Amino acid sequence: MSINADEFEMLAREGVTTPTVEPSDVVTQPLPMRRGSVDAAWRALKAAPLTAWFGLFVIAFYAALAIFAPLIAPHAQSAVVGNQYEPWSAEFPFGTDQLGRDMLSRLIYGARNTIGIAVMTTLLSFCIGGVLGLLASIIGGWTDQLLGRAVDILMAIPQLIFALMLLSIVGSSIPNLILIIAVLDSTRVFRLTRAVAMNVVVLDFVEAARLQGEKLGWIMAREILPNILPPLVAEFGLRFCFVFLTISALSFLGLGIQPPTADWGSMVRENATLIAYGDVTPLLPAGCIALLTVGVNFVVDWFLHKTSGLKE
Amino acid sequence: MARSVPLPEATGPLLDIKGLRIDGRSEDRWHEIVKGIDLTLRRGEVLGLIGESGAGKSTIGLAAMGYARPGCRISAGVVLFNGTDILKASEAERRRLWGSRIAYVAQSAAASFNPAHKLLDQCVEASIGHQIAAEEDAKRNAVDLFRRLRLPEPEQFGFRYPHQVSGGQLQRAMTAMAMSCRPDLIIFDEPTTALDVTTQIEVLAAIKDIVRQFNTAAIYISHDLAVVAQMADRVMVLRYGELVEEAPTRAMLSAPQKAYTKSLWAVRSLRKEEETGDEILLDVRGVDASYGTLKVLHDINVKVPRGRTVAVVGESGSGKSTLARVITGLLPPRAGTIRFDGKPLPPRLKDRDKSLLRRIQMIYQMPDTALNPRRRIRDILGRPLKNHLGLSGAAREKRTLELLRMIELDERFLDRLPNELSGGQKQRICIARALAIDPELIICDEVTSALDQLVAEEILKLLLRLQKELNVSYLYITHDLATVKAIADEIVVMYQGRVVESGAKSQVLAPPHHEYTELLLSSVPEMDPDWLDGILKKRENASLSA
Amino acid sequence: MNPIVKTVLQRLGLGLVTLFVVSIVIFSAVTLLPGDFATAILGQSATPETVAAFQRQIGLDRPPVLRYLVWIGGVLRGDLGESFSSAGGLGGGHVRTVVSLVVPRLKNTLFLASFAALIAVPLSLALGMLAALYRNSVFDRLVNLVTLTSISVPEFFIAYILMLFLAVRLPIFYSLANVSADTPLLERIARCALPAMTLVLVIVAHMMRMTRAAIINLLASPYIETARLKGVTPGRIIFRHALPNAWAPIATVIAINLAYLIVGVVVVEVVFVYPGIGQLMVDSVSARDIPVVQASALVFAVTYVLLNLLADIVSIVANPRLLRPR
Repeated sequence: MSINADEFEMLAREGVTTPTVEPSDVVTQPLPMRRGSVDAAWRALKAAPLTAWFGLFVIAFYAALAIFAPLIAPHAQSAVVGNQYEPWSAEFPFGTDQLGRDMLSRLIYGARNTIGIAVMTTLLSFCIGGVLGLLASIIGGWTDQLLGRAVDILMAIPQLIFALMLLSIVGSSIPNLILIIAVLDSTRVFRLTRAVAMNVVVLDFVEAARLQGEKLGWIMAREILPNILPPLVAEFGLRFCFVFLTISALSFLGLGIQPPTADWGSMVRENATLIAYGDVTPLLPAGCIALLTVGVNFVVDWFLHKTSGLKE
Repeated sequence: MARSVPLPEATGPLLDIKGLRIDGRSEDRWHEIVKGIDLTLRRGEVLGLIGESGAGKSTIGLAAMGYARPGCRISAGVVLFNGTDILKASEAERRRLWGSRIAYVAQSAAASFNPAHKLLDQCVEASIGHQIAAEEDAKRNAVDLFRRLRLPEPEQFGFRYPHQVSGGQLQRAMTAMAMSCRPDLIIFDEPTTALDVTTQIEVLAAIKDIVRQFNTAAIYISHDLAVVAQMADRVMVLRYGELVEEAPTRAMLSAPQKAYTKSLWAVRSLRKEEETGDEILLDVRGVDASYGTLKVLHDINVKVPRGRTVAVVGESGSGKSTLARVITGLLPPRAGTIRFDGKPLPPRLKDRDKSLLRRIQMIYQMPDTALNPRRRIRDILGRPLKNHLGLSGAAREKRTLELLRMIELDERFLDRLPNELSGGQKQRICIARALAIDPELIICDEVTSALDQLVAEEILKLLLRLQKELNVSYLYITHDLATVKAIADEIVVMYQGRVVESGAKSQVLAPPHHEYTELLLSSVPEMDPDWLDGILKKRENASLSA
Repeated sequence: MNPIVKTVLQRLGLGLVTLFVVSIVIFSAVTLLPGDFATAILGQSATPETVAAFQRQIGLDRPPVLRYLVWIGGVLRGDLGESFSSAGGLGGGHVRTVVSLVVPRLKNTLFLASFAALIAVPLSLALGMLAALYRNSVFDRLVNLVTLTSISVPEFFIAYILMLFLAVRLPIFYSLANVSADTPLLERIARCALPAMTLVLVIVAHMMRMTRAAIINLLASPYIETARLKGVTPGRIIFRHALPNAWAPIATVIAINLAYLIVGVVVVEVVFVYPGIGQLMVDSVSARDIPVVQASALVFAVTYVLLNLLADIVSIVANPRLLRPR
């Protein structure tokens, strides 16, 4: 299939990719001498929009929650400490769940479990998709064709559906979940890496390196990777959101992370009955998911805007 | 065709621009790219705007229409067209002028025509839209313009779609579109820059004719003084958004006042003394090559003597860059042999060992893409030293510095990234990278065509000096005959994948020529306002007598 | 042959090949992966004899290629086999074919998806074009913020918020979408209101961002500048110069999002207990009812492939360069 949803999504985020000013008419200013990268990062940060600051703050907050969960949470994640569905109180700020476990503690542990699994999955997916994408772009020829067709076929089946099918066969466990989602998601990483690497591979400096007898590994690591890092970093953010949402959806459907592990997706499902009584508690874990993905998306959006050279 | 909106014959100039300032946005800031330009244009006059990249000439041309591209803004000045300031006019008033009184011809006609509509429909859109003519009259007029612009089958031409006609024809169709309402002023923005010289001459002649026939005023924008000289009555030389000098064309050519103006034909004044060489370093014999099933090289024979320069000349599609790929091993030939220093050269890059790779190096057209933007100069130059010569530590540092000096740069450049360098400096680094491992043959692929004239001249001089010092051979690929004269000892002329003529420079450049060489040589504009008329007359006579 | 017919035929051929390969993947995933589902279906107490009998009953003792041929032959004749829930003596004799389970559910899902698409497609195209035309305006920025937020949150979050506020606290809509085959159309629409609304919110955000990007990309083309500098009016620029070139990107945008819709429908059906194929699939996955899972996956995949194929063909047919060869 020639449609590439990923490219479209990137396009949707970056807006116009054509430069707004004709380069020939912009006077190249004599550039100042090299400045420290920390300094540059700080300056970029100071100029960042409010949404980006919000996103960064959210990410930092979640990271702290995930790392220090045992110190912050008042109770253990699977400890039954009260009656089922107790209302919000001083003792249980967000009440208790269907088994009488403290909602707040489970929310805090949920950060650790859900985010941890999503991060691991995304990392694995980048290792698979990124390396294969780079290889395909540099070697080209049959390797590229073969990998490309394999990815086309994996992508011809909707990801969530494919994941559901595979989980029904191998059974739902955390390693299975990570492996399945990572493999399925690596197809998109592959396509993006290959596409952006292709743009670099055709440049003359790569040819110059080949003509000077540089080896494949060196070209990959030194000539190509540094030049495709910005889009890959942005893609990491986007893929993390996507993986995070997929895992949450699977957990919500009861096929992802299994009890008694505290996990936001499952927590929504377990407490969903409360909605019928007008209680917002089940929305809390869903809100936790939403807040993080919104935050990451805001940061990615700013980063893409920054690195795509789009100024208006 | 009658003008439905008769204009009062104003007495003042047609176009009068005063104190024009334009900002462009880059790196999150506004930079002034046009710094106070005054410009006047009389009715029927053709003004040439000439300058190199960054001179702001296109921006000024568009500002003459009261238009600024996204990312630009007109910050000060007045643009009086027929006495009224079009910068202060409303959007609707400007729109009434655009297409009817002022028209625009863009550099890339291929991108500037809408792929979804027939050429004829696009050519009559303005005159119908501005209610200057009824549809029938507009179409008849368009066919008439096609005929005047010497387009093939003018009656049928308009029924084609933009992708169905050639680049040169499309550029003429764009001129017809601009001319459709008989505007008072046409802005030509580098209309022939993307064309080959043999096509360029036809388009230039057509434009010149039609502008003269309708006595239209025009602003002709180009980076090529020789082209502007054919078209313009008066020339303004621009640099960095400022006026350098302004004079009638003949005066400008015969007695330029400013050093910068003189530098615009710097490359043309360079001329290398031809030398012969007897030791053949590279010997290409009967080489055929193809991309898939498409055969692009037919029976190519080229010999490069040691320490000499062989220039490969040809237009786009002549196969000259493919030849470079074959020699470097990136594209193995289908037939024929290549011998290097007396021994056969393995056809594939991966079959050549390191010491062989060292001896053949390459320099590219675009220094921007030939240097990895993420690596510092120290690494770019140091890596081949380590990889091929095994140098490290102080020895490598010392050799890197030597290389920098060789290309007339110094240690301040060691820690810079490529984008902190100018185009010429980048090209020097590319040369140093090629020289780092003592090659015997350097393939230069259009290495000066992306550079400004003055910089190009310096690069050519550098290449000549290095050749003398290091006895290195160049295979110099180019489309530009001035460059050939400046650097070559021998010339190979290529056309449609074949070598049509080759030999010593003096021999190829002197008559009698091969038919194609003749066409190529005669199509290169000269710094003489009468060149175009002269050459057209000569060709006409030739075809009459034939 | 006209190149456009040739290209379309090529794409159709490619589509068929894709469908064939997808069917193999779906089939072999079950055969090759180490799922000990006989035990899972029959329970821990199953004796080796009952397991062997069960495997024989579902044909596991035959070679995989033969089983694939039997399976795909059945699929082509509209026979998807029997549900496990009735096999191996668990269902107590009453045999339910997969088709009888899938078809009514599929109809429901198609109803919900079309309902949502009918609202979402025009709405997001209009919003996307407006945002592109009034680029960088307050409207554009606001829309960007809202849609970015909306594509970031999980579907079930939106679904439960709508349910909480529009069905429980303010009882305007039905909170559950439990329809049956004989529910009259109007009531069906009313019951589907919240699930459809959820889907619309999710899809509109995606689709209008993509539409906006596609239109902005188009408006930056040099030929649009040429038209402006010919003095063509803004309305004519949009309809005569931009629109004829916009069909291909817009078709792509719609196809991508409809494909997205059929995935999003799974979660939404579960939230609102809507008897669609998504919910059927989720239930069957829990019960490890492999034939039903396979059939549902096949249905989703086929829809997905066909949508992409359709978009491909539309963009070929809408391409003026292919439409009128040299």
